[in-house]
Amino acid sequence: MIENNKSYGNIFLNGILNDNPIFRLALSMCPAVGISTNMMNGLLMGIAVLFVQFCSSLTISLVKNIIHPRIRIPTYTLTIATWVTVTDLVLAAFFPVAYKSLGIFVRLIVVFCFITMRLDVFARKNPVFPSLVDAVGMGFGFLLGMMAIGGVREIMGMGTLLGYDILGFRPLLFFVLPCSGFFVVGFMMAIFNYTEIVYNRRKRARSLA
Amino acid sequence: MIRSKITPWIVCVCILLGCTACNTEHRFIKRTEFQKNNTIVICFAAPVDESWAKNFVSFRINEQQDPDILLAINRVELSDDRCTLKIFMKDPLNKSNPHQVLLPDIMSTGKSQGTALVSVKKLYWGNLLSILIGAMFIYNYVFVKYLGLCVYLGVTQKKSTAIGMGFTFTIVIIFSTSISWFLYQYILKPFQIEFLQIIVFIGLVSLTVQAVDTILRKVNPVLFKEFGVYLVLIISSCLILAVPLIMAAQNYDFFESLMLSSGAGLGFFIALFLMSCVRERIDLAPIPESYRGMPIAFIVSGLFALSFMGFSGMSIF
Repeated sequence: MIENNKSYGNIFLNGILNDNPIFRLALSMCPAVGISTNMMNGLLMGIAVLFVQFCSSLTISLVKNIIHPRIRIPTYTLTIATWVTVTDLVLAAFFPVAYKSLGIFVRLIVVFCFITMRLDVFARKNPVFPSLVDAVGMGFGFLLGMMAIGGVREIMGMGTLLGYDILGFRPLLFFVLPCSGFFVVGFMMAIFNYTEIVYNRRKRARSLA
Repeated sequence: MIRSKITPWIVCVCILLGCTACNTEHRFIKRTEFQKNNTIVICFAAPVDESWAKNFVSFRINEQQDPDILLAINRVELSDDRCTLKIFMKDPLNKSNPHQVLLPDIMSTGKSQGTALVSVKKLYWGNLLSILIGAMFIYNYVFVKYLGLCVYLGVTQKKSTAIGMGFTFTIVIIFSTSISWFLYQYILKPFQIEFLQIIVFIGLVSLTVQAVDTILRKVNPVLFKEFGVYLVLIISSCLILAVPLIMAAQNYDFFESLMLSSGAGLGFFIALFLMSCVRERIDLAPIPESYRGMPIAFIVSGLFALSFMGFSGMSIF
């Protein structure tokens, strides 16, 4: 049943490395640019997305046999919307400060393409447990991506990490500006591309030699 | 022929809007308005007594949405003909919200004219226009609020696709936001089920897109061939859900939400057009291999966002 007979470890790592929602698929960039001004925001947003992805994958893989294929996309949307409402209300009730700093983006988890994509590509065709592993992998991939962007912006802009003073001075105040999210994401993607290019070139040289 | 049919409707709408623009609710008060940052001006129909105006401790001024928080008055000033009263506040007023002023027992030439509760708000037309311009430029949804980036990066490879997407998007967002407004005001609010707004709005957006798809396919197949591809993409844009949510959070009336949605749509159109123009030229430019594709697109968007920061803090009316 499992796609290409992959082990659970491979499914988990797939979400973090090969199919990383932020750096590889470049889906759901809005929160990565909009609210990644510090690491805490990235962490909170990542946890919220992880929760929604986990619960939706669980729901869909449980009821996959009774969903008619032609109405599957609306079903996914409504499932995600329900879990996002749950997250929204829970955050507003128990973590009002965090909820305020995330703003409208918590509600917009509904339209993050990669959650729907994972439901369609994976949870629809696989049993419950592998779907959960895949969901956690994707969620962690998103969480790590958000934390990386948030961490870079926080340490470059404020010299702090998760609110703790690390550097003791502020290297470049530019990174605190809201619009610098575009630059940070662009530069990080370029770095990933560069490592990939160098890696491939080395590999080719070794195979020729 | 069509014009002669439309003209009476336009006149009707104009009269309706004009009526809502008049904002006095008391027979003795002619006009109320904001002035500068911290002043409210009230014009009376006849001269009022100076002794009454001096006793400004009994005036109550608050924002309409939270009547419990009274705003502190610094001093009042009566004009020479005693018809215009200027109330100076201690703190700057938030002029985008309507304010309520309670003037107890107005005394004019020794006679009481009754207690007046009037609202002070910005001019209705000015308010509409500032919402439109605000959504288009000052709070441009792509470059200032960072919403709808997936679609924005996806369709800006070519100028023609960008224009097609921008056009389709503007129409769909105006439709879906208007329907969401009716649903929110007449169903969700009276039954107090506002917490369901995410589910209802996303369902509504999907339905609108499906409806436009079906209607366009039947009515105008040529247009459908051109724009049908973009319709499916629209659902995956954050922006299409964000606008109804903002509309609900701000409690806009119908025309305000119409302005917000058309501003958002046009702002998105502008963003797509600008970006596609740049990207068509970038394709021909010698840029480093590791920056090809997405990274350079992000950096260009960052430059656009920097320039759009120049609009921030601008306010019209």
